Amino acid sequence: MRRLLIAVVVLAAPVLNEASAADNLDPSCAACHALAKPTDTSFDRMLTRKGPDLWFSGSKFNAEWLVAWLQNPKPIRPAGYPYFKTIKEGSDHDLPDPSKITPHPKLNKAAAEAAAATLMSLKAPDLVPSGAFKGDAAGARMGALAFNKFRGCVACHQGEGGKGGFSGPELTDAGTRLQPDYIAAYTADPQSFDPHVWMPKLSLKDKDIQRLTAYLSQLGQGAKP
Amino acid sequence: MRFSSTRILRFRIHSVFFFAGLALLLTSTAGRCDQAVEQIYGVYCVQCHGLKRTGTGINLPGLATKPRDHTDRKSMGDTPDDELFKAIKEGGLAVNKSVLMPSWGATLSEQQITELVKYLRKVCKCGK
Repeated sequence: MRRLLIAVVVLAAPVLNEASAADNLDPSCAACHALAKPTDTSFDRMLTRKGPDLWFSGSKFNAEWLVAWLQNPKPIRPAGYPYFKTIKEGSDHDLPDPSKITPHPKLNKAAAEAAAATLMSLKAPDLVPSGAFKGDAAGARMGALAFNKFRGCVACHQGEGGKGGFSGPELTDAGTRLQPDYIAAYTADPQSFDPHVWMPKLSLKDKDIQRLTAYLSQLGQGAKP
Repeated sequence: MRFSSTRILRFRIHSVFFFAGLALLLTSTAGRCDQAVEQIYGVYCVQCHGLKRTGTGINLPGLATKPRDHTDRKSMGDTPDDELFKAIKEGGLAVNKSVLMPSWGATLSEQQITELVKYLRKVCKCGK
């Protein structure tokens, strides 16, 4: 009986930890963000989402960037989120519709540090294995070419100098915002994080992934988060 | 064997209800399909092809090549269904077009891509 109890406690511990960690956040966070892995991964759920999923945020963001951003939340997605609910027709092309874009709340320093600490505890090591980026920074030059030309990433993302499309998150500061392992893992298979996300899974070789990650990891380095 | 006029009348009334119900069912199913495929277009295709379906999406400023105008009867009419299917599933390069058209085969099922091709025919009011 005692062994059974120990087994139950050991098995339940990760679930309880995850639940209690997310409980430390202001309840309003959960109104827009999934803080635990959703059981409903349907296309319909994606249509009703108000903010990006954060249940893997500890494997995604850099803590220092999170603390700074929560105090001064500049839009990461220039067309709003999800873009298809926040755009309108324009004369030359579709445009963001500011009336449909809700600004992210600003936190004070103490609240930002507390929220960032909690968000950093929400990890997904199965999705973002340590070492997904092998650390070869020399591939950055070829990564820039892949991003801007050969792989078409620039179609949806703004890269260096703010050049690029609007439907995806801007990546001008990807190096300060995102962990390199996350960039590599997400680029390789966005649908493993989010089955219906509007970022396509490209047939990229690991060499491409490494080069793209090397390039993106250096963007924004040196700039204030 | 002879039928009474009451039985014939009852049969006719039942037939009317049966076919009306069938028509309603088919209409609502077709409506749901249209809605579903429009939602798929609205999430994945609109980012480049635009709300007007004319290749003027929100990403146009970042694109070196203008996306296909899906309302263009000429260019869409000249493109066969199997080429449209392949372009959506495998990307632009698979049909000698731009790399900026990505492959959606990992996101959409073959059934959804088939529905999208049918939808594009409605948008361009053309067929091949």
